[in-house]
Amino acid sequence: MSTVIKALAFAFALTVLLCAVEASAMTAKASSSNGARTYQVAIRNFAFEPGTITVPAGATVVWVNQDEEPHTVTSAGSGFASSKALDTDDRYEAIFSRPGTYTYYCSIHPHMVGTIIVQ
Amino acid sequence: MQDTPDSRRQFLKCMAWAGAGTVWLMKGGVLHAQPLGGDQAAAKDASFSFVQISDSHIGFHKAPNADVAGTFRQALARVNAEASRPAFLLHTGDLTHLSRPEEFDTLAGLMQEARVGRTFYVPGEHDVIGDSGAEFFRRFGERQQAGGWYSFDHGGVHFVGLINVLNLKAGGLGSLGTDQLAWLKNDLGGLSASTPIVVFAHMPLWPLYPPWGWGTDDSAEALVHLRRFGSVSVLNGHIHQIQQKVEGTITFYTARSTAYPQPAPGEGPAPGPLASVPPDALHRYIGVRDVRHVQGKERLAITDEALSR
Repeated sequence: MSTVIKALAFAFALTVLLCAVEASAMTAKASSSNGARTYQVAIRNFAFEPGTITVPAGATVVWVNQDEEPHTVTSAGSGFASSKALDTDDRYEAIFSRPGTYTYYCSIHPHMVGTIIVQ
Repeated sequence: MQDTPDSRRQFLKCMAWAGAGTVWLMKGGVLHAQPLGGDQAAAKDASFSFVQISDSHIGFHKAPNADVAGTFRQALARVNAEASRPAFLLHTGDLTHLSRPEEFDTLAGLMQEARVGRTFYVPGEHDVIGDSGAEFFRRFGERQQAGGWYSFDHGGVHFVGLINVLNLKAGGLGSLGTDQLAWLKNDLGGLSASTPIVVFAHMPLWPLYPPWGWGTDDSAEALVHLRRFGSVSVLNGHIHQIQQKVEGTITFYTARSTAYPQPAPGEGPAPGPLASVPPDALHRYIGVRDVRHVQGKERLAITDEALSR
C-alpha cells in the first residue's frame, strides 16, 4: 500500500498514544486548539460531523459513534483501513500520513459520506 | 432483569407489543394480510399461508426495547398459535444488530421454537458487517447461487429472495448488481405471466425515502423483468414500519420489526430507533406478517391491518 496509514483499535491506540503523546494532547483531542494532531469526527444522527475536515499530514482522526445505531467508517478507495462495526460510544482511529483526499462512508448506511483532506 | 413487581409489569408490557403480528393469506394470487391471532375464518379459503418476520436485531439492547430476544420469542409463539399452520416463515433481514457470531447463535436458537416447516432468510445490512455476509450465508444461506439469491415455488406461487445489502457504494442506496439482475431475468424467463410472484429482500425495492437510504439504486431494472406478470408482491423490511405502494400490477410492502420502530420518512433528524415510544404503546409499531394464498383469483393484491387494535 502506497500510503502509510495505521489504524488501531481504540484500546490499543489509547495505550500507544499515552506512551507517545503528551497527556495534554490526549485530553484536548476534541478541540485541537493548540494544533494538536488529533481530530475528532462525531457520528451523529446518521451523519459524519463535520462532513469534511482538513488535517495536516500525520494527523490522527478519531470517530466516535454517538448514535443508538451502529455505523462503520469504511474507506471508499482503500485509502485507509476501515473500521469494524461501531456500536454506541465506540471509537475508531486512523492516522493519515500522506497528503490527499480520502472519502469514506458507512457501509451499513452508505448514504452517510465523509471526507478527510490531508495537507 | 430483577423480578420485582415493576420489572414484571414492564416485561409483560413488552410482551404485549411483541405479540402483535401479521399473517399473509395467499388467496388465488391475492395476498391478504392480517394480524397473527386475527380472524381465523379469513384463513378458510386460503390455499396456504406464510408468515413474514423481519428486523429482529438480536443484540440491540437499548430503548425502547431492552429485550429483543423476548419480543422475538413472543412473535414466534404467536406464529405457533395460528390455527392454520403457516407453510413457512420468511425472515427479511437484520436478524442481528452487529453481525456477531453470538447474535447469530441466539437467533438460530430462538428459531428452534418456531413450529413451521422451514424458514427462508435474506440478509439485512446489519447481518453482513465486516465479512460481506460470510457468516450469515454459512448459517442461513440457501446456496443456490454464489451471490446468495435464490428462488423457489410453493402452491403455484414463485418466490424470489434477493440480496440488496452487499457491495454498497459510498453515497448510494441498496444494490442488486448486474449479476443478480441477469439471474433474475433468467429465473423469471420461463414463467407464464399468470404466475403469482412474491419477491422479498431486506431494503425497499422502490425509492421510499432516499435521503435516509431507504431504497435500492437499481431496483427499477429488476422491475423491468416483473412488469409482465399479472400479480407481483414485493415484501421488504429495513424501515421497521408498514409502508405500501401499488405500481400497476406490482404491490410493494414493508414490514414491521419484531424489535423496535423507526420514525416515519423524514420525521425527525435521522432514522434511528424511536426510543421514546413507551412499552405499552410499542405493540402498535412492531410485529409479524402472515400471508395466505387463496384459490381462484388472478390478481395479486395486498392488504394490511394494524398489528394491534
